[in-house]
Amino acid sequence: MNDSSTPQAPLDAQGENAEGAHSANDAGSKTATPSPGSLEAVASTVPTGNSVSAYVTNYVQRLRGGEMGSLPAVTGLVLLVIVFSILQPTFKGLFNFGNMLTEGAGPIFIAMGLVFVLLLGEIDLSAGFAAGVCATVMVRLMVGYHAPWPVSIGAAILTGVIIGFLIGFLRAKVRIPSFVVTLAFFLAFQGVALYIANNGKGQKGDITITDPVVNGFEGNQMPVWAGWLLAILIVAGYAAVKLLAQNGRRTRGLNTEPLGVLAFKIGAVAVGTFLAVYALNKNRSINQAAGFKTVDGKLVKVAAAELLGVPWVVPIIIAFFVVWTFVLSRTRYGRHVYAVGGNEEAARRAGIPVDRIRISVFVLCSAMAAIGGIMIGSNVQSVSVANYGGNTLLLAVGAAVIGGTSLFGGKGRMIDAVVGGAVVEVIYNGMSNLVKGTNSAAVQYIVTGVVLMLAAAVDALSRRRAGSSGL
Amino acid sequence: MPDQPLLQMRGINKSFGPVHVLQNVDFEARAGEVTSLVGDNGAGKSTLVKCISGTYTIDSGEYAFDGQGTNIHTPRDASALGIEIVYQDLALCDNLDIVQNMFLGRERVSRVVLDENSMEHAAEETLASLSVRTVKSVRQRVSSLSGGQRQTVAIAKAVLWNSKLVVLDEPTAALGVAQTAQVLALVRRLADRGLAVVLISHNMLDVLQVSDRIAALYLGKMAAIVDRSQVNQTQLVELITTGKTAGVPAMTTGVGE
Repeated sequence: MNDSSTPQAPLDAQGENAEGAHSANDAGSKTATPSPGSLEAVASTVPTGNSVSAYVTNYVQRLRGGEMGSLPAVTGLVLLVIVFSILQPTFKGLFNFGNMLTEGAGPIFIAMGLVFVLLLGEIDLSAGFAAGVCATVMVRLMVGYHAPWPVSIGAAILTGVIIGFLIGFLRAKVRIPSFVVTLAFFLAFQGVALYIANNGKGQKGDITITDPVVNGFEGNQMPVWAGWLLAILIVAGYAAVKLLAQNGRRTRGLNTEPLGVLAFKIGAVAVGTFLAVYALNKNRSINQAAGFKTVDGKLVKVAAAELLGVPWVVPIIIAFFVVWTFVLSRTRYGRHVYAVGGNEEAARRAGIPVDRIRISVFVLCSAMAAIGGIMIGSNVQSVSVANYGGNTLLLAVGAAVIGGTSLFGGKGRMIDAVVGGAVVEVIYNGMSNLVKGTNSAAVQYIVTGVVLMLAAAVDALSRRRAGSSGL
Repeated sequence: MPDQPLLQMRGINKSFGPVHVLQNVDFEARAGEVTSLVGDNGAGKSTLVKCISGTYTIDSGEYAFDGQGTNIHTPRDASALGIEIVYQDLALCDNLDIVQNMFLGRERVSRVVLDENSMEHAAEETLASLSVRTVKSVRQRVSSLSGGQRQTVAIAKAVLWNSKLVVLDEPTAALGVAQTAQVLALVRRLADRGLAVVLISHNMLDVLQVSDRIAALYLGKMAAIVDRSQVNQTQLVELITTGKTAGVPAMTTGVGE
């Protein structure tokens, strides 16, 4: 018991012996600066001072400590958008913007669930086919048994919950590594999804979704006024959260964010949101010319096809994003998820029910996979098991990791799934437009794989930095 | 001795299968005092601490806290009494900041929302009350802290809960000279605040510097519980290695039997 020690400590002791040895007796009242001459700057998770310079210093300190958050992903996103816009004229069109939102939505939902699992340092390789199973359950009930859409979707999510519980139970109670459990389920769920798709009443194989509501998630657009209302709600909500937090800290006498930074953040969110809604509220239909066609032997004028408004899937993503962000950062449950991911033994000693937390993250992950699966179906208005294999899971894991969620557990936020999902979708979409012909798919796989590997490398390196920044 | 000990254990026995780890051990810790628990490897220090903390259930013997006989079966029972253990491996989450670690498992909430500001305030107050000045911000992540700072946080965490008895398992084992001094000063302040402190250490200098009383375990038996003033370093080493020393009366239930 006396020879085990924290790996960091001996190094640290060496570092401070020299400067502190002479003051051993009164050192209790003496301040030992962690690293001499470093401006006493420490990376704080809350504002360290009320000035902009203190804010910037802290931000830089956090970056240097390996806490890069969404910065690499956002930078990558901007670069990718610029590159593809130059190389590929159709990429930057408004139509493609809307198209990417709906195409990328499915993996983003799955990635949101995966963030919970990754926060515990676990992995769910079965999430893609779990989405497939849940989507086939939904479509089988709708097509074969004429179940209304709330019942079918409810059944799909319930299926996800059961799947997640099963995985979580095998991991937490039977103690099989999650990699193995979910690899087994990855294979098994493919079979289950195929079985459901090829049996029961109604259409077999690739099943067309006939329900207008389910198709509408991705296929229908919000009215223009509703899009603007959404934008106002987002900006007002963000500003309210920020200002309330600011006020709470001020009344407690704690350091607050500088007003300039606060205004900048709210302003940036406002500009981004309104620009996006403005773009989506413009007609993005590819064929915008009015035309003529023959009806009953007469030539009649037909109006130009219109495609405008924010896709309905966008507010759904935002709703889930807000709820899960709240859960992770503002509730006891979320705190415990981070704690179990950071140090399981510490969490156990603190009285946190580790096994229950572990099971719960798999339940959340598979339930979110169910929603992702429904959205993937909604995007193409049919459920085909093949759409859930291949790289569905990889795109989702890639989204979370590229966004900044650590594969080692304990680090990650819900925004990672959204930002990373955007990066993955831009690569996926941009590459498929860029490279045409037989090699299109090949290049797409290679590039996505390389980007995922890059993100994992950034994750591993920043983890090393974070581990050494305290010394 | 004017008042009764806060923690009094009498005739404690604990076996693991055929191995009789603790044999009729008596132990006590008093409020306002630092009681050091010393002994060689395998003497039973860790086992005794785990019996105090409820991690192990004692086979036989009396366990009295605050003058009342109690049965401790789980760590929760011990926490409820006001016993906090600071383990050698600290049990801190690197990815959380100091406040989050100090309140881990006992977060303050208003309805369902974490009351971060109140926790931050309380954490700052606790550290200030312990005269901790080595920590720049209570919102820095534990991963950025040095070994001594981590130890400080772990101890402050134990104090935060108005605990009455704090057990520190090798708090200075991995620290440099200056940091050791800081932690020992903190240990002293805990006792001065009226807490009963049990310090487990292999470092004789630390023990002699900070203790009020010293309990020496030898091969599963309590060799002696003596006042700090009664022993010097040579005698202490002798107690640890042989279980007895000239000039120190052997315990009635100890090896001298």
